[in-house]
Amino acid sequence: MNLNASTNSVEALVAKIQGLSGGTARDLAHLHSLLKESEDLLVSSDSTRPSPASFLSELDPSKHSLGYLYFLEASTSRPISKEGSGEVALSISRFIDACKADQIRLAPDKFISVCRRFKDQVLLAEAPIRGVAPMLIAVRKLQISSEQLTPLHPDFLLLCLLAKCYKTGLSVLEDYIYEVDQPRDFFLYCYYGGMICIGQKQFRKASELLHNVVTAPMSTINAIAVEAYKKYILVSLIYAGQFSTSFPKYTSSVAQRNLKNFSQPYLDLAISYSTGKISELESCVQMHKEKFEADNNLGVVKQVVSSMYKRNIQRLTQTYLTLSLEDIANSVELKSSKEAEMHVLQMIQDGEIYATINQKDGMVRFLEDPEQYKTCQMIEHIDSSIQRIMALSKKLSAMDEHISCDPLYLAKVGRERHRFDFEDFDSVPQKLNM
Amino acid sequence: MEAEDDIGRHMMDENEIYANGGDGAGGEPQRQRPIISGEQLDVEAYAALYSGRTKIMRLLFIAERCDNVSMQLEALRMAYDEIKKGENTHIFRDVVQKIDGRLGPNYGPDPAWADAVDRRAEQRREKLENELNAYRTNLIKESIRMGYNDFGDFYYAHGALAEAFKNYVRTRDYCTTSKHIVHMCLNAILVSIEMGQFTHVTSYVSKAEQSPDAVDAVTSAKLHCAAGLAHLEGKKYKLAARKFLETGPELGNNYTEVIAAQDVATYGGLCALASFDRTELKSKVIDNSNFRNFLELVPEIRELIQDFYTSHYASCLEYLGNLKANLLLDIHLHDHVETLYDQIRNKALIQYTHPFVSVDLRMMANAFKTSIAGLEKELEALITENQIQARIDSHNKVLYARHADQRNATFQRVLQTGGEFDRDVRAMLLRVSLMKHDYALKASRKQH
Repeated sequence: MNLNASTNSVEALVAKIQGLSGGTARDLAHLHSLLKESEDLLVSSDSTRPSPASFLSELDPSKHSLGYLYFLEASTSRPISKEGSGEVALSISRFIDACKADQIRLAPDKFISVCRRFKDQVLLAEAPIRGVAPMLIAVRKLQISSEQLTPLHPDFLLLCLLAKCYKTGLSVLEDYIYEVDQPRDFFLYCYYGGMICIGQKQFRKASELLHNVVTAPMSTINAIAVEAYKKYILVSLIYAGQFSTSFPKYTSSVAQRNLKNFSQPYLDLAISYSTGKISELESCVQMHKEKFEADNNLGVVKQVVSSMYKRNIQRLTQTYLTLSLEDIANSVELKSSKEAEMHVLQMIQDGEIYATINQKDGMVRFLEDPEQYKTCQMIEHIDSSIQRIMALSKKLSAMDEHISCDPLYLAKVGRERHRFDFEDFDSVPQKLNM
Repeated sequence: MEAEDDIGRHMMDENEIYANGGDGAGGEPQRQRPIISGEQLDVEAYAALYSGRTKIMRLLFIAERCDNVSMQLEALRMAYDEIKKGENTHIFRDVVQKIDGRLGPNYGPDPAWADAVDRRAEQRREKLENELNAYRTNLIKESIRMGYNDFGDFYYAHGALAEAFKNYVRTRDYCTTSKHIVHMCLNAILVSIEMGQFTHVTSYVSKAEQSPDAVDAVTSAKLHCAAGLAHLEGKKYKLAARKFLETGPELGNNYTEVIAAQDVATYGGLCALASFDRTELKSKVIDNSNFRNFLELVPEIRELIQDFYTSHYASCLEYLGNLKANLLLDIHLHDHVETLYDQIRNKALIQYTHPFVSVDLRMMANAFKTSIAGLEKELEALITENQIQARIDSHNKVLYARHADQRNATFQRVLQTGGEFDRDVRAMLLRVSLMKHDYALKASRKQH
């Protein structure tokens, strides 16, 4: 009796879904509350009952997205066998592709858990690349605006990292994030994002992302910040050629006290980098090689070493007009003039210096930066930068206004002010009813 | 073409610049500048310039630092004689140890003398203490002050410098006129210099200068010297130079327990050369009639300043090299010699390249009596520190002046600043968002 009743009610649910999904927003809200009530109906672990998956065929993911989502979530909550995993992954990816964004935004937690299970399946199957495109679509559908950070962002970036699809990851990183809900998502997002940028050799952006993790407000130290700090040291050395161990004022006191204790080998590396001598840097790398390897940072460390050669050669451009390859090799501590030639050639090709090599004399002639700041593109670039910055300023003042009207803030300020200014009868209420 | 004119002109200048001092090619009328190689320091003459404790300390320093054994023994001998005239038995024992019997039986440990001095000292100390107690009970300010002063003198003579300083400072409470204050300050300064505590020197100098009516010309000169020494020890060469240059000629031989007039000239001249720019050098040193009196006492310093100003760098640097050995034996200057020399050399290099658009490194190396490779290294260091705006053409061995393009640099700075602003504001907005979340979380938790 019970079995029948429950099956019936599930079918009734399906019918409701089919009926209300196409309707107005009020219908959708009604449907949503219905679904919430029937949750335990769907998720019962009684194996005799037909699994919710069997009802999925009756629902159309593009029209009945919300209902489909609930059923899908219930069906995947059961343990899935290894053979079934591929199919499950496929069905989820099809759903993600087809679903309607506004419907799934009504139940974001369910959507996120479904996507996370998808990610797990894909990782289990050791084919992270299969998950990259669907996750990208999922992220875009879940976001309300491109400025919002969703919990799916770090999962997506993780898949990109594992699949080595750095470019796809970069496309998401180009959006500027202003709204963050969960600090943990934010930390992971910035950390993975930093790693992707390092992979793509965009060290400026990597430095920015990792800086945000390190200086984010936090009440206790977390492992993500520690790892991010290590990479941050390395990226600063590559990008800026120096690293200052003093934290900016807005860093949390927890971070200021504790981060350095975990990254001693990296700080040593920074100190030996500042001497400007390759030999010291190399010996430091040798000394701490196991630790770098254990942190999976050895590749970046090698890039740090090669960046030192580049920096030394760049310094030479400031003092010399022409210099023989022999002298370059000597002052930068390279082994031969052939190596020096290779380095200089690589740098010219990458656009890091402007020079010409005269092979007959073995001389390099350093030229000035040919950029004259007179072209139309440059003017456009400057103009667009100005526009962007003005927009940012407006945003900042809007946020300031918004906070000064925020009841929580006013309540706190009102309370504190009252403590100190007895004579102050300014009309800030002591406690606002919220 | 303008460039060619420049080259022609500066070639001529270069000839004059490097063919200096000694027999120049071309037989131009030479200024009769005998280049005196700094002869080995005459210990007796040197010691005669000083008196009191500083004479002993300087002699001991020379004995410690110089390599020449005969000079060493000479210094130790003179120190021994000087100490015997005084009452400091600690230093006496030190000197005896250092002499180690090398000067014969007349210069051995003299326990009889030492004991006699110690006994006398004990007696005197008791007497002074009794007197002081008597004065203290009588509460006569002037006598108490004299009592403490005497104590200070006593301890100073016996080498207990910290005690001496304490007693001198105690007189402050009993000083009634500004003359007393100045007297106390001078004593404190003397002891502080001997102890090497130059922060005290500076504070007591300023204290003494606060009562200008009691400060006559000689005292003023003494205070300037003391202040100059303090700055020198603090590596503030510019301030030290200014102080030494302001010292009036009234100093004469009045401050031999600290510094000799020759030293004022040497310290002042070298610090000025290392830290002043051309205009200041001309107005404060070369045209300074007061200071000229001091410079007359050390003609090498006078010559080398002149050479520097008139761009005869090789002879200037040669004088410096010759003086170096003796300067290293000076108790106040020895750790600053290297730094000062480096600064002077760098200034010479910068001044040399300043007026030219292009400079032939071969001629410059001749002018500075150094190799081209070494010169290149020195110039590289100066260019990296942005003291010379130029670039080296290593192939042709020419130095070209290079003036940064302001317009391009401005554009670059603007774009960079814009980028930084962008980044910082975005980071700020993110942090606000995080904090808002955290705050909202706390608020909602409180409500539940």
